[in-house]
Amino acid sequence: MYGLGILKGMWVTLTHFIDSYVEDIKWLGRNRYYSKEGIQHRRSKDTKGIFTVQYPEEKLPVPEEFRFVPFLVYDVDEEGNKHDRCTSCGICAKVCPPQCIWIVRTEDPVTKRPVPEPVDFFIDVDICMNCGYCAEYCPFDAIKMDHDYEMASFDRHAEHIFNKEKLSKPASYYAGIRPTNYNREETLKAEEAAKKAAAAAAKAAAAAAKPADGPAAGSTPAQ
Amino acid sequence: MTEATTAAPVEKSELEKRFPDAVKADARPGYAGFLVDTSKLIEVATALRDEMGYDYLSSVTAVDYYSDAPNAENFIEVVYHFYKSTGGGALELKVQTPRENSTVPSLTPLYAGADFQEREAYDLYGVNFEGHPDQRRILMWEGFAGYPMRKDWKEAYFEEEVKPFKNRWPEGQVYRIEDRNPFNKNNAYPQGFDPTGFKETDDPKLYEVLERAAREYSEDIDTEQVVVNLGPQHPSTHGVFRMAVRLDGETIVALKPVMGYLHRNHEKIGERNTWTMNMPFTDRLDYLSSMSNNFGYALAVEKLMGDKAAPPERAEYIRVIMAELTRISNHLWAIGFLLNDLGAFFTPALYAIVERELILDIFEATTGSRMMCNYFRFGGVARDLPEGVLEKIKSLVTERLPRKIDELDIYLSENELVRSRSEGIGVITPEEAIAFSTAGPVLRASGVPYDVRRADPYSIYDRFKFDVTVRQHGDVYDRYMIRIDEMRQSLQILNQALKDLPGGEIMNGKNPYQVRVPAGESYGRVEGPKGELGFYIVSNGKGNPARYHVRAPSFINLTVLEKMCVGQKVADVVVNLGSIDIVLGEVDR
Ligand code: SF4
Ligand code: SF4
Repeated sequence: MYGLGILKGMWVTLTHFIDSYVEDIKWLGRNRYYSKEGIQHRRSKDTKGIFTVQYPEEKLPVPEEFRFVPFLVYDVDEEGNKHDRCTSCGICAKVCPPQCIWIVRTEDPVTKRPVPEPVDFFIDVDICMNCGYCAEYCPFDAIKMDHDYEMASFDRHAEHIFNKEKLSKPASYYAGIRPTNYNREETLKAEEAAKKAAAAAAKAAAAAAKPADGPAAGSTPAQ
Repeated sequence: MTEATTAAPVEKSELEKRFPDAVKADARPGYAGFLVDTSKLIEVATALRDEMGYDYLSSVTAVDYYSDAPNAENFIEVVYHFYKSTGGGALELKVQTPRENSTVPSLTPLYAGADFQEREAYDLYGVNFEGHPDQRRILMWEGFAGYPMRKDWKEAYFEEEVKPFKNRWPEGQVYRIEDRNPFNKNNAYPQGFDPTGFKETDDPKLYEVLERAAREYSEDIDTEQVVVNLGPQHPSTHGVFRMAVRLDGETIVALKPVMGYLHRNHEKIGERNTWTMNMPFTDRLDYLSSMSNNFGYALAVEKLMGDKAAPPERAEYIRVIMAELTRISNHLWAIGFLLNDLGAFFTPALYAIVERELILDIFEATTGSRMMCNYFRFGGVARDLPEGVLEKIKSLVTERLPRKIDELDIYLSENELVRSRSEGIGVITPEEAIAFSTAGPVLRASGVPYDVRRADPYSIYDRFKFDVTVRQHGDVYDRYMIRIDEMRQSLQILNQALKDLPGGEIMNGKNPYQVRVPAGESYGRVEGPKGELGFYIVSNGKGNPARYHVRAPSFINLTVLEKMCVGQKVADVVVNLGSIDIVLGEVDR
């Protein structure tokens, strides 16, 4: 019958229309809108009816892996001193696809060896393409991708080149936004440290054992 | 795969035997295919098409072999990839021409699909294709100075030949590049061009071509014809894209697409980048299906890198899962917006987008970004599926998506208005579809069962059972239906991949920030949602690609647009364009 297809189609639209009210009634007494639980449900596989989110009053939760313009991680020791994790090794600057990272390294005036902590660190956030490479390839877990995506400002010329001060955030913040990653890294680090400590202890033990048979050890180089 | 590799050597000797003087195997290490004498190219290509069955010209591009060292052998090479529309591996031809007055015979009369690709090579490399019916610039504007893909051409804001740039570390001299290189420095203009007084010309060449095409359409023009520009700012063009049409009343007599408004010389950027850096840039080609783009690029590079970059099993499965989810999300979008073009304003599109959003949630949780996924690495994927994601994929694939695709089908496919607006519109015959090098849904809706996943399997697609979708009418309705069919096949693949997904590593070895790619060339292609997406890369053993070319399916599919539209009403143009499903990020590159 001509027109049956249209009717079927309109039936689909109608069910969608009715569903949005049915959902609201089902949620009576609970908050379908402006609540975490409600938003969560609207993003689930069972979602029906109204799907959209009223930004900025409602915000979608971002998953842990979500990445936006990176930040630098610093640790705080017991006395409250900040220590940059960054060693200015330059890997992130070399791997950054749009080349928006600038790192100022410095050297010790006496020894002429590079000083680990960078003097300054710039990221042009207009150019950053949020690819996540810097965080992925940093060998010191010193730069991580942020979750804060609301960084619009009125002036793009002066404010969008972030310096070290603006980029730095404490490790506790990192642990807060990326708990799984943080814990994994910390466990790894602890394991490494334990291994190192064990190796050092073994060495110390060996060294302690050495003086006893010192003459024997001294005789080996003669071979 | 096996069929292709065993079949190729026979053909090789055959071709060399046929043309002993004109064809010789490319013996450079890491290279394949044949070098052909420029003067014999047409003859060889004709034999390929008519006698050997290589009827599908997939890709045409140029490479600039250039070095400023004294006595360097500098030339431009035009590279062709031919396939059989029945399946199998590539046959690659190359012709070489000097950098001055580069001239190569045009293959457009033989393979209509060479049209836009040759224009692109002319535009970006300055290769003159003799016998091309309409050789104009295609991505740059008429009157642009220079050929931007040539190695000695430098872009505005040029910093250094290759990344990483030296001043980023350890001195870190930060500056805004616009401050250092103001607009009028470091730019080349044609003589007599005043950038401050720039006015859009009225494209005399374009209108001339339109008029010529109109005359071909009908000799006895007595009605007054008008030229209408649809776009570049037009809601139906899916981006900044323009169609110059010549109308006789309501009937299209000629149509020429005008593009390049979003051109950013992606390939040049790619050649300045390191191998790794290109991955996130591929996301920005067809930004609706970044996972497929990643896939194609990773394949091409892995081919050159060999076994040390062979992805482990789990990574292969994850790749396929992501690629098929991408296909579904892309087709949902394509169908939604095709319905928009048909006049069903946004209700179907929004229903489709809900499902797409749920898929993007998965991408976001896995890769960190909804659209710019940057997920593939050479030899695996960036990270494993986080907790809960696999369950979410399973619940979508087994419960929700099949139901929703059926709903979309019931909602739209039988609708009489949809049918009367799309059946018999924009018909492309199988012969035309092959000749015009169309790919993906456009090709298969015209009755050609060609799908790279089956015709020339890559990754682990040979392990899955699925049907190559095909529809017979080649009209807009079939191009709509084929996408519904394809989504169902994707679900089938997903079900199998999810069932078999093994545990284990997701990277072959470490994920280094610099990779070594041995010298040579490779062409990696995947069946992207929009069609065959290919990456032709050349390595000279250094840290950056010497050549990085994208065979963009939306761009090449546009070649057939005029054919679809001529003789039809102006209202059908929009629908025809929608049924090709283009993304301007990929068309313009
Ligand atoms: S952030 Fe990491 S990769 Fe970048 S310089 Fe510092 S330590 Fe090196
Ligand atoms: S996220 Fe990517 S673009 Fe941004 S600073 Fe890091 S490496 Fe550079």
